Amino acid sequence: MRRYALRLLSLAGALGLWQALTSLDVDLWLRFSQFPTVTDVARAFAERLTGPDYWTDLTDSLTRILTGFLLAAVLGVATGVLVARSRLAEDLLGPVLEVIRPVPAIALVPVAILLFPSNEQGIVFITCTAAFFPVLVSTRHAVRALTPVWEEAVLTMGGGRWRILGSVVLPGALPGVFGGLSVGIGVSWICVISAEMISGQYGVGYRTWQDYTVVDYPGVFVGMATIGVLGWLTSTAVELLGRRLTRWLPRTAYDPAARAPRPARPAGSGQPAPPAPAVRPAGARSEEARDEHLV
Amino acid sequence: MSTSSETVPGVSPEPGTVPGTSPEPDAPTAGTTGRGTRLALAGARLGRPGAPALDGVDLDVAPGEILTVVGPSGCGKSTLLRTLAGLLAPLAGEITQDGRPLSGPAADRALIFQEDALLPWRTLRANVELPLAVRGVSRAERRAQAHAWLERVGLGAQAGQLPHRVSGGQRQRAQLARALAARPRAVLMDEPFGALDAQTRAGMQDLLVEVLRGTGATVVFVTHDVDEALFLGDRVALLAAGGVAAVRDVPRPRDRGAHDDPARLALRRDVLTSLGT
Repeated sequence: MRRYALRLLSLAGALGLWQALTSLDVDLWLRFSQFPTVTDVARAFAERLTGPDYWTDLTDSLTRILTGFLLAAVLGVATGVLVARSRLAEDLLGPVLEVIRPVPAIALVPVAILLFPSNEQGIVFITCTAAFFPVLVSTRHAVRALTPVWEEAVLTMGGGRWRILGSVVLPGALPGVFGGLSVGIGVSWICVISAEMISGQYGVGYRTWQDYTVVDYPGVFVGMATIGVLGWLTSTAVELLGRRLTRWLPRTAYDPAARAPRPARPAGSGQPAPPAPAVRPAGARSEEARDEHLV
Repeated sequence: MSTSSETVPGVSPEPGTVPGTSPEPDAPTAGTTGRGTRLALAGARLGRPGAPALDGVDLDVAPGEILTVVGPSGCGKSTLLRTLAGLLAPLAGEITQDGRPLSGPAADRALIFQEDALLPWRTLRANVELPLAVRGVSRAERRAQAHAWLERVGLGAQAGQLPHRVSGGQRQRAQLARALAARPRAVLMDEPFGALDAQTRAGMQDLLVEVLRGTGATVVFVTHDVDEALFLGDRVALLAAGGVAAVRDVPRPRDRGAHDDPARLALRRDVLTSLGT
């Protein structure tokens, strides 16, 4: 509860600072006089919410990113497993992938325009490419780092290649895969917004760029806030799904906040501190919880 | 090799059905006598190419026998066991099961690892169910058998726990249940109690003897502990200097208290001398 209060306070503090700097037209080295105030942005936001385009932009962007991201997740995991488990696949695909990987996805806009008949498909392609590589690389590492006895155990049960894939490789690599998915969803947002700015019709990125070209700064900030909130929601969703699917991971039960408070030392007295009280329920509980996974 | 060698008189050959099994707790021992298999090595060189660990190995493990293998660290005990499991191919010589050459791992030779080889994302029950799932046993049957085996190794109450939630001894017991649930004809054990404290270890040895009785499975048990080898084995094989130094019969009956039995003391001294300690 206290932590949520702190988080809200942090957001409110940032908004308050913004409002103060802009409404007072602070012009030190950084210039806030031209900057829209929080209230300007809020007013623009309210107008947009009731306007015709906002929700279309939002659903367009979400459709693009979800399509691209899901494609990347499936392709990235499949390719990662393939490359990690098969030397032939590694030799055939490895060099191509390693050469394409350093190219920023947004630099693939010309490729997308050449390849795909519609902008829509091009944007999904760019988003997908952006998320593909983090997922691929994490999956590859996670599969290679699997404990060999897991596979050997299934082999000695008479399990074949597909059994090992389903019972050992995929579940065992899942924690690493979700590391890649978390990075991937973030990169996807960067690329879907950039791609929309360059070649979109509708979409949050397109709208934000339009507002900029007509010097509607509050509109630009509405777009940025929308991207921020959507990005936060999608990465939280990925994070929660990952935690749910990898609940089996041994986690330390150690909770620093549950430590017993230090015995208060009487200020200014030379006396040694009184011995700690014999019964420290909070401390005892945390000790027990910490050792639970070792039992 | 083969799953086809599972076609033993009195044992149903269909992979989908398991003979004489029902959800009763004592089910696992039913109809399993005479299921042991003969494992033989002749002039075998074992290890990785370029780094053979053992050479000129001749061993014959009779059906239903418990052969313990002792030797110092790094003498190739694990290599021998992995080869018998089919995880390593021999560099030379012949390895046979009931007269037929081994080719790769198979469900009728279960391997129990020294390290924790349970899948950490599966509960103990789901781990024990895994070999049954590999064999295509139906879900309800799997569940019943897994439960019976967990009861048998004293883990009935922990069936729903994840491996990291239970103790090391309990994990090894679950590994034992998982290996035996597959109804193997040979059980290969690689220092399975090596990481356990002395008391847990003694308890596990008793449990092992008790659980194996009636399964009829051939057992090859690797350990570096001479007393463990003498307690568990019908015969003891000594590994030293890159080969099998000797194979000795162990006097019976099996008795943990028989430290003053002269024959046993002589054997123990003999074994320790052969191992150069």
